[in-house]
Amino acid sequence: MKNHLSLRTKYFSFLISKKSLFLILFLFILLLACFTISASLGETFINPFHVIEVLVGKGNAFEQLVVTHFRLPRILIAILVGSSLAVAGAILQGMTRNPLASPDIMGITGGAATAVVLFLTFFSDKDNNLTVSIQWLPLSAFVGATVVALLLYILANHGRNLSPIRLVLIGIGLSAFMKAATTLFMITSPIYRASQANIWITGTVYGSDWQDVNILLPITTVLMLISFLIIRDINIQELGEPIAKSAGNRVHTYRFLFLLICTGLIGSAVAFGGTIGFVGLLAPHISRRLVGSSFGYLLPSSAIMGALLVLLADLVGRTLFLPIEVPAGVFTASIGAPYFVYLLLKQRNQ
Amino acid sequence: MEAIETKSLTLSYGDNIIIEELDLQIPKGEITVFIGSNGCGKSTLLQSLARLLKPANGTILLDGKQILKLPTKEVAKQLAILPQGPIAPEGITVLQLVKQGRYPHQRWFQQWSEEDENKVLEALKLTGMETLADRPVDSLSGGQRQRAWIAMTLAQDTDTILLDEPTTYLDMAHQIEILDLLFELNETKKRTIVMVLHDLNLACRYAHHLVAIHDKKVYSQGKPEEVVTCELVKDVFQIDCQIAVDPIFGTPMCLPHGKGRRIVQKAGPTLRVADY
Repeated sequence: MKNHLSLRTKYFSFLISKKSLFLILFLFILLLACFTISASLGETFINPFHVIEVLVGKGNAFEQLVVTHFRLPRILIAILVGSSLAVAGAILQGMTRNPLASPDIMGITGGAATAVVLFLTFFSDKDNNLTVSIQWLPLSAFVGATVVALLLYILANHGRNLSPIRLVLIGIGLSAFMKAATTLFMITSPIYRASQANIWITGTVYGSDWQDVNILLPITTVLMLISFLIIRDINIQELGEPIAKSAGNRVHTYRFLFLLICTGLIGSAVAFGGTIGFVGLLAPHISRRLVGSSFGYLLPSSAIMGALLVLLADLVGRTLFLPIEVPAGVFTASIGAPYFVYLLLKQRNQ
Repeated sequence: MEAIETKSLTLSYGDNIIIEELDLQIPKGEITVFIGSNGCGKSTLLQSLARLLKPANGTILLDGKQILKLPTKEVAKQLAILPQGPIAPEGITVLQLVKQGRYPHQRWFQQWSEEDENKVLEALKLTGMETLADRPVDSLSGGQRQRAWIAMTLAQDTDTILLDEPTTYLDMAHQIEILDLLFELNETKKRTIVMVLHDLNLACRYAHHLVAIHDKKVYSQGKPEEVVTCELVKDVFQIDCQIAVDPIFGTPMCLPHGKGRRIVQKAGPTLRVADY
């Protein structure tokens, strides 16, 4: 108890682990640093101190243009997308008690992607302009994600005792199906759009603007807040259904809520960042190593870790290979895929 | 006075009936132990008493009220169940686990009230886990791990505690340690304890009330010294045995027949169970 901080007033009371709190603060500072560096690097270098000046409203016109108009929206989208995928992954891993669970492996990201391509195919005119507001895009991605999640839920509940590997197998099946559907929609649409969609599918925050931020920021904020309100309920469910029930948790109601939060986070992330792979698997796993399994620490640290991963992947992708831009998803997948194989092997040995 | 009572309770998995038309009373403030052969439905019965399983028919009363009609959080303040072989999430500490027993008593903004702290500390103390509070559960030995889970159910602060085979996978010393802990909880805190045990002899030592389950019904119930007979063992476990008196506790002791080696005593009179 010595290494804990006990906060207690008339209105609230919490017990906080000093070590975990310190680690989360450290990660947050790291994110701020990466944020600044990311805003200063690119085709033209801008001194990080000038970036900070621009952020507080000073700096010359050129720096302001580059930072606030070109780099900032992209950075913010990377952070929002990364943290959404990571938190969704952490919740999925907790509620299924399955270390292999994550948005893309379970096919939920794929569902959202299919819905987005479908949306773009149906609501674009021949000049590749959308005929409806882009605000509807996250909603369609959310619907796609939810459909797959519910399908998975029904399949998973069909047989009792779903093993981690089986859940992954069902997810891979659903993913393959979604991929096929996406490809079908893409090849039946004009060439220009198909190549655009292809880059987007790999996962990129390229071309994000303030309009995107204005749509995504409120959605992510609300969903994050809700997920922070249900921390206790995820914690108790991670002890297994019988114990959660014994402690008075309405298991099925909350599970449904968890799923909706996840599909909301995944849908909105996919709508703006495409299918940036493995962030939802990696970020919670790294966080678990740092702060343990208790969700009060795991959620904030996963959120920051996911933001860091996508931010760094995007930074590397747009600076290291100039003049080509490599989608962020390429880098997250190149770290994530080998790690996934490692997890699979570890699972088999248990 | 009954802690839990069932009235013509029928339990089933699909069409497969496990327990049929069962009327059972669990006495308050005592240790009740369910015994029976593998797959006789004793675990299923225990789970249904903790509302984890919906009965196909009949009712379960907790302190005279229908358990399924009470709000689940209210039930959680009166009754806790520890299922068989629970698995803790990777890296979770003993304190974090035990703290979760406070779930039904907490609200979002009140997660560490003075009462929470007192109950958690008390649970850690009773189970002898104070010094291990900051250790990850998965780094503990089997016996310590089980004590951590028991501490979690104690932190829930319920009058009734149900345990499904709390001693499985434990060696002899740890089995006794866990059962002694539960016995003391009953003696000093007057907690009603209901558990499933595999070892008939240990069940006889610790149980005030023994319930033998056989063929979807209660075969017989009562004080171990009154109900445990060769006939019971023959009917319930399908094995011939001899019933002796436990030389330490004076409770019934079942010595099963079988093959095994026989040793002829060379000097002195042959040691016979009946001599005790």
